Amino acid sequence: MSFEALLFQAVNGFASASGLFLVAAGLSIIFGVTRIVNMAHGSFYMLGLYLAVTLAPLLGETFGGALGFWGGILGAALVTAALGALVEVVLLRRIYAAPELYQLLATFALLLIINDATLYFWGPEDILGPQAPGLSGSVEFLGRRLPEYDIFLALMGPIVLIVLHITLTRTRFGRLIRAATQDRDMVAALGINEALLFTAVFALGTGIAGFGGALQMAREPANLALDLSVLGDAFVVVVVGGMGSIRGAYLAALLVAEVKALCTALGLVEVGGFTFNMSRLTLVAEFLVMAVVLVLRPHGLFGRPQPAQARRGEAEAPLVPLGRTGRLIALAVLVCFAGIPLLGAVASYAPVLALDMVIAALFAASLHLLMGPGGLASFGHAAYFGLGAYGTAYAATVLGLPTPLAFAVGMATAAAGAVLFGWFCVRLEGVYFAMLTLAFAQIVWSIAHQWEEVTGGSNGLFGVWPDPPFDSANGLYLAALGVTVLGLALIRRLVFAPFGLALRAARDSRLRAEASGIAVEKVRWLAFAIAGTLCGAAGGLFAFAKGSISPEAISVGRSIDGLVMVLLGGVHSLMGPLLGAGGLTLLQDMVMRESPYWRGLLGLIILLIVLIFPSGLAAGLPRKRGAP
Amino acid sequence: MSPPVLEVSALTKHYGGVHALDGVTFSIARGELLALIGPNGAGKSTCFNILNGQLRPDSGSVRLYGRDITGLAPRRIARLGVGRTFQVATVFASMTALENVQMALIAARGQVFGLWSPARRMGREDALALLEQTGMAALAERPAATLAYGDVKRLELAMALAGDPALLLMDEPTAGMSGDERQAMIALVRQLTRARGLAVLFTEHAMDVVFGHADRVVVLARGRLIADGSVEAVQSDPAVRQVYLGGAPASISEAP
Repeated sequence: MSFEALLFQAVNGFASASGLFLVAAGLSIIFGVTRIVNMAHGSFYMLGLYLAVTLAPLLGETFGGALGFWGGILGAALVTAALGALVEVVLLRRIYAAPELYQLLATFALLLIINDATLYFWGPEDILGPQAPGLSGSVEFLGRRLPEYDIFLALMGPIVLIVLHITLTRTRFGRLIRAATQDRDMVAALGINEALLFTAVFALGTGIAGFGGALQMAREPANLALDLSVLGDAFVVVVVGGMGSIRGAYLAALLVAEVKALCTALGLVEVGGFTFNMSRLTLVAEFLVMAVVLVLRPHGLFGRPQPAQARRGEAEAPLVPLGRTGRLIALAVLVCFAGIPLLGAVASYAPVLALDMVIAALFAASLHLLMGPGGLASFGHAAYFGLGAYGTAYAATVLGLPTPLAFAVGMATAAAGAVLFGWFCVRLEGVYFAMLTLAFAQIVWSIAHQWEEVTGGSNGLFGVWPDPPFDSANGLYLAALGVTVLGLALIRRLVFAPFGLALRAARDSRLRAEASGIAVEKVRWLAFAIAGTLCGAAGGLFAFAKGSISPEAISVGRSIDGLVMVLLGGVHSLMGPLLGAGGLTLLQDMVMRESPYWRGLLGLIILLIVLIFPSGLAAGLPRKRGAP
Repeated sequence: MSPPVLEVSALTKHYGGVHALDGVTFSIARGELLALIGPNGAGKSTCFNILNGQLRPDSGSVRLYGRDITGLAPRRIARLGVGRTFQVATVFASMTALENVQMALIAARGQVFGLWSPARRMGREDALALLEQTGMAALAERPAATLAYGDVKRLELAMALAGDPALLLMDEPTAGMSGDERQAMIALVRQLTRARGLAVLFTEHAMDVVFGHADRVVVLARGRLIADGSVEAVQSDPAVRQVYLGGAPASISEAP
């Protein structure tokens, strides 16, 4: 390829970087002051775009095209900022003191609700906005036509960067933001109106995101998938740039966008007889950038290590193995589940629903190993579910392997993914861990979407039917029950073994654990690998149960289902995830499938959990349940 | 005299233009209780954090029984026989006192990656013995989160002893304790030092604790070591008086 093409793509990269920067900068500012990672940040970007494509034509009718277009963008940014302020006052104020995990979940619930609200108001179709008046042409650049609007966008990033920089360094508001970022308690002690500052900061951050979304009006249509895709990108940018650093956010956005542009520019590349389509590898490239930066600078390019945060919420009670009664109850439940095929004659749907519950139980229990004893809330557990499901499906259909072997291939795929991604994730903690796991899950999802030769693209893989004796509903159900019971038994064994004790020790106090000679990162890495492998088993069972697997089934929604299951049951108990898995599966089956807005409903349920039990569900349960 | 357990030589650490530590050299012998004192900002914390591996010095070395441990990770230093307690006592809140000590024993014995046998039977007798030595035996089954702060400090000491350390680093072992508790705690440490042949380095603000119990005292001021000697020698050292009292004639042993 020519040097000109490369340069051309480089300019393009600047335009994309601006959009990324606007989202990441808002995310970063909000986190700096409120210590909340706003999972709904991509939603405000999406809202900005939807508002702009609606406002621009409306204003255009009254004031003419140009004023309409630019007025639409400004209006969209202002409305988004106002919505942000509203959200801060109504929701966030109630959760500043809640544990990190609940803050993440509450804002994610917001994402679900905003997405369904957008679906309700604007409908499912993509909406195209008007062209930018005066900037709809293109200029001759190195023998190609470069859209004027892209040049405008490329300039917008640095302009906003400079404006933000001046605001933060020269104005009282900016100084307050910086002061609050460095020492929140001091700002409060100085008698600053914290509540107002927080609202203003949240409005500023969401407004910038809305502005970023609105600017895309002339470039891409408004669609409902934007919130999550932008969120994933913004997380990568923030992790690379360093949380809380504005220039870090710009540099990282530029780095990520340029690497993507470079991949697109390279197109087909031949290396040693193999042809790679580099433009399909943009996500892998993004991952590599992040990997290199995290290895060299674990806190990002401009990030500083976060001061260790005291664990919020009360310490949980010591875990004790089941007593006699508990064992009897567990055995009785197991016998009931094993007997479900007998119901087949009366209620033929029972084994199908029970199969879903059993798979969900293994999925939730594997996540709970990380979240409960490990204290690491993964927002990307769907990745390993997906790797297991795709591995199994590929082995069973394309390779034609027998069922048990295909299942093993699936688990091995998930294990490999968990070992690789886990190595990076366990270097981080808290919200950083959550962001990185979510970013990895987005990458797995995108690969499933894009690597058509292997994954079947957006259609997925079909005809994943198990061989006899697993080909009947009962046969598969009993096999799945067996796998799940084995998996649960393994997790129990691990939790009470020295390894499980060390995992809990690292959660309680990393400092003490290391001073005692525990290799915290290694312990967590192994836990991550085991959790990922067991989750892969759940994914493999899922592929056989449904007979197919598609990107839809492994989206972020599945990760969140897992989190909700664990929290619904209670994170402090080993039985919690099982109860939660059963409960949510039943709920989804009975209620949510009936409504196109079930995601929003799920969001409301999450908000109820968070707002009514802000210190954790286990607080609402009788204390005895704290024991497994 | 037996070779020193710990030799610190010419430790230097800068932060920008500030010398947090400037050529600090001292050593500790077996059975010795050494106090590291100095006014706020003297470099005590920097020195401590270098010794336990949380900071890397710009130059200088730390040797444990002659072996260079400068800049090793905290957990490696722990495994080489350095126990430590923190200024704000830190234990595993979700476990019982017994489980806390068992965990420390399991880690010290390199059994952390045991995936199958239940941990509750591992090192139980030794853990109970350690709790007995620190006066915590009666509270063995209590969740750590429900213990009084003085008991948490003693539990932490039991955990620090689990690795059978040659050297114990204690950052303000009596901080946050009442007067009686303070005396009992430091008497316990002193007794353990003698009985186990430990070497103990501790920082402390409470001068009654330092001058009543330490075998030797080293004094830091603005990153430099200004005195190293017996309690009496340090108490009458003009440089130390200068630093603490700005030259006033009163005895620093009367400081609270």
